[in-house]
Amino acid sequence: MNSAALFLTVFLACAVEAVEATTVVLAMGTARDWRSALSGVAAGLLLLVAVVAVLGPAISAVPLDALRLLVGGVLLIFGLQWLRKAVLRASGHKALHNEDAVFRQQLAAAQSASAGGRGLVPDWYGFTVVFKSVVLEGLEVVFIAVTFGANAHDVPVAAVAALIAILVVAGVGAVVRAPLSRVPENTMKFAVGVMLCAFGTFWGAEGAGVSWPGADLAIVVLVLLYGCVAVMLAAALRDRSKASS
Amino acid sequence: MITRLKGFARFWYDFFVGDDWTVAVGVVLALAATYALSVAGVNAWWITPAAVLILLAASVRRAARSRN
Repeated sequence: MNSAALFLTVFLACAVEAVEATTVVLAMGTARDWRSALSGVAAGLLLLVAVVAVLGPAISAVPLDALRLLVGGVLLIFGLQWLRKAVLRASGHKALHNEDAVFRQQLAAAQSASAGGRGLVPDWYGFTVVFKSVVLEGLEVVFIAVTFGANAHDVPVAAVAALIAILVVAGVGAVVRAPLSRVPENTMKFAVGVMLCAFGTFWGAEGAGVSWPGADLAIVVLVLLYGCVAVMLAAALRDRSKASS
Repeated sequence: MITRLKGFARFWYDFFVGDDWTVAVGVVLALAATYALSVAGVNAWWITPAAVLILLAASVRRAARSRN
């Protein structure tokens, strides 16, 4: 597999998840207490590192064909979830993800929540909300980076892509101190959904014993096929809902 | 304890399977059919992409109808 395609897919997926986590961190830091919010980030990252430390070697120990069949299948199910939601968003059947709105909701909830600390954490509410957000968004990042890296025999590229995405998003978030609403998050989710489906199809079928016509070039064809069909589906659903309203 | 276990199982179900379980079942069936044909000597590379397109179209259509 092309290292550039691996890098791009992992980078985009991780950036999208990092944007969502950054919004929650900014809301809790702004409304509550920065020390507790950043402690939540650190605790969440520690847990994710432990997950990678367990999951990474376990995945690497699985024989390649079985790994491709299993991971390809799971990636495909995962990717279809993303793509399904992206098509529904693009067609107006699901609300677009709006970081400004999420930020305002989190801010309002944080301001009305009761104060109080535990142990070394001055604000337990801010800490737990940030911790949960980092772990939930981070699990998707870990899953995508580890599975892509293991299947492509290039864990370092996947890990670097994930790390750069997180550092870039966190860095921009720290500088602007506002939700990253200018990031074309919905478009990125659409692209990531297409790529997850394409790679999931390729690896899953290969693990099931298929020999792809054109070898690795089949991935490009799958990306184009799924991308075009998803865009057409979104357009058709949008037209249908306009006609019925 | 039971509630926590249920919550844990629910989390992983939502994480991997999501809103539409038929998509997960369809993917498993498509890969199983591909494997069975491969064992029989048929290079059935087209099954999974075809299944993906059918599953995606059916799933978004169902979701759009339920939201209208």
